[in-house]
Amino acid sequence: MKKNWPILVVDDEEVMCESMGAWLREDGYHVDTAPNGQNALALAKAMDYAICFVDLKMPGGMDGIETMMEIHHIRPEASIIIITAYATVDTAIQAMKEGAQEYIVKPCNPQEISMLVSRILKLKKLQSENAILRKKLTRQYRHHDIITKNPRMQEILALTQDIASLRSTVLIRGESGTGKELVARAVHFSGNRAEKPFIVVSCAALTETLLESELFGYEKGAFTGATAQTKGKFELAHGGTIFLDEIGDISPKLQADLLRVLQERRFYRIGGNQEVEVDVRIIAATNKNLVEEVQQGRFREDLYYRLNVIEIRLPPLRDRREDIPLLAEHFVHHISSELGKDMTGISGSALKLLIAYDWPGNVRELENVIERAIVTCRNGMLDEQDFSWLQTNTASAQNWEVPDVPLDDLERRAIVAALERKHGNVKEASAALGIDRSTLYDKLKRYEIVH
Amino acid sequence: MNVLYLVAIGSVPEQAWEWIESATSEWFPLPIRRLPPVSIPETAYDPKRGQYQSVEMMKMLAQNAPRDAARVLGITDVDLEIPMLSFLFGQAQFDGPIAVVSLCRLHQEFYGLPAQDDILRERTVKEVLHELGHTFGLVHCSDSKCAMSLATHIGLVDAKAERYCTRCGMQLVEKFASREESL
Repeated sequence: MKKNWPILVVDDEEVMCESMGAWLREDGYHVDTAPNGQNALALAKAMDYAICFVDLKMPGGMDGIETMMEIHHIRPEASIIIITAYATVDTAIQAMKEGAQEYIVKPCNPQEISMLVSRILKLKKLQSENAILRKKLTRQYRHHDIITKNPRMQEILALTQDIASLRSTVLIRGESGTGKELVARAVHFSGNRAEKPFIVVSCAALTETLLESELFGYEKGAFTGATAQTKGKFELAHGGTIFLDEIGDISPKLQADLLRVLQERRFYRIGGNQEVEVDVRIIAATNKNLVEEVQQGRFREDLYYRLNVIEIRLPPLRDRREDIPLLAEHFVHHISSELGKDMTGISGSALKLLIAYDWPGNVRELENVIERAIVTCRNGMLDEQDFSWLQTNTASAQNWEVPDVPLDDLERRAIVAALERKHGNVKEASAALGIDRSTLYDKLKRYEIVH
Repeated sequence: MNVLYLVAIGSVPEQAWEWIESATSEWFPLPIRRLPPVSIPETAYDPKRGQYQSVEMMKMLAQNAPRDAARVLGITDVDLEIPMLSFLFGQAQFDGPIAVVSLCRLHQEFYGLPAQDDILRERTVKEVLHELGHTFGLVHCSDSKCAMSLATHIGLVDAKAERYCTRCGMQLVEKFASREESL
């Protein structure tokens, strides 16, 4: 493993290069040595060094600082450690200013240098892991990973690319389970903010005060339990994107606070008196009709217009039935490999059944249905009978005699029944109801259901 | 090219040879011979630091190595240094023929404590195995009990056992099996 982190030692004294090289080789590193700046640069051009030890004082030609700056130019990722025989604050400051990561005075304790090298390499390992993960994540959410052949969806995907590098606020509308967060991620990871954070806040899942402290953070002592200054999601998303899911559910006070952030890109932490400035792109999503909410006086008109700079309306799955076979195949492949089950595919008659179904819970419901079918499937091919329960549900839904009660009451009963069936498990109950968890929490709050 | 030579650089306590010969013959299937002692090269002394440069000692050992030497291990009782580090317990040419071990910091007296032969013996064996291990291509081991783990202070030397861990031991066995002719 250590061979992956080559080290360069630059010193005009041969004995220094030789002995330091030997000591590091014993630790398993690949070590090259150079007697002057010119040789060091030639080596740095050919090899991606993780660490370069550079002697500060080298007679004739390039001195340590110059060598360091040139290496830094060729290999900006390399950590440079300046070595000197005398500790002078001025040179140390200059070296650090010019980009040296560390400054050590020789001779130093073997433990000191061993710890220094392992500390730098630990950081490098984390950095490279981080880069790999970011790459993976970016690949995962690039637009072409959204599966569709529906013309409306393809227009939306083209739009996400066009707006990816802008800072304008985006409002994504669509029923639960249509993939609002996926589209938000596609916008973020296709643009110039991809390397920066993408922070998700589910506005419906939290009470007003909790959401306020989640979004804006708080100062120490702002309220009971605020034991330390804490950054809010806006600060954490600095340079990147914040995704505010279920924006239609926030309280009037938070609507006002949010409007201010949208207008000025600055805010106060709770209990704070210093403004915090952030560069954050806001993508909001809702399954509510915000125009109607505005007309009813439940949502601020000015906030609506601020949010609705670019609007994306995601069609429900029943309006893009041509995507059902594609999505079903994708989920079969993806879920079976995740569950470690060997599945060959899905039969034509099963697909017919899936295409005919109305999917009130949209793509998320389709995913859950496929997962359930895979779990219970006895052979390698998903067939009509693996979805018989879905058919029964559809049939029973059609024949169901609707009791004469208000709609709200009906919904309340459905939620209570789902929670009872799933023994209070909100995740499972929301999947069964075909809505996401945050919507269910919102409804629990609205109907004052204690679970 | 198959003899492991041991040589004193300056004066070395006599009982150390018994410990070193017994440990080396246990781990290395080579004929082990002692060379006549040599004096410390004058160029090795660093008056500024009052220590001795290990690189100079190793150079001297390389120049005087017998023709049939597979490895030459120098033992000295003076304190070793390299320009970058304040001290060394020993140094070796990685996968090369020369190594040197200093007993100076292995004595309890160095730390202001009364002399203790059994402790000196243990530490000597560990450091000899460590430096010779490097000459046979072993790098530092993450097992703190293994003789090949990196010791940057005496506490870490004491934490080691007087043996290689299974993995390092196996690597040595493989090395001898594959390169028996050309050690």
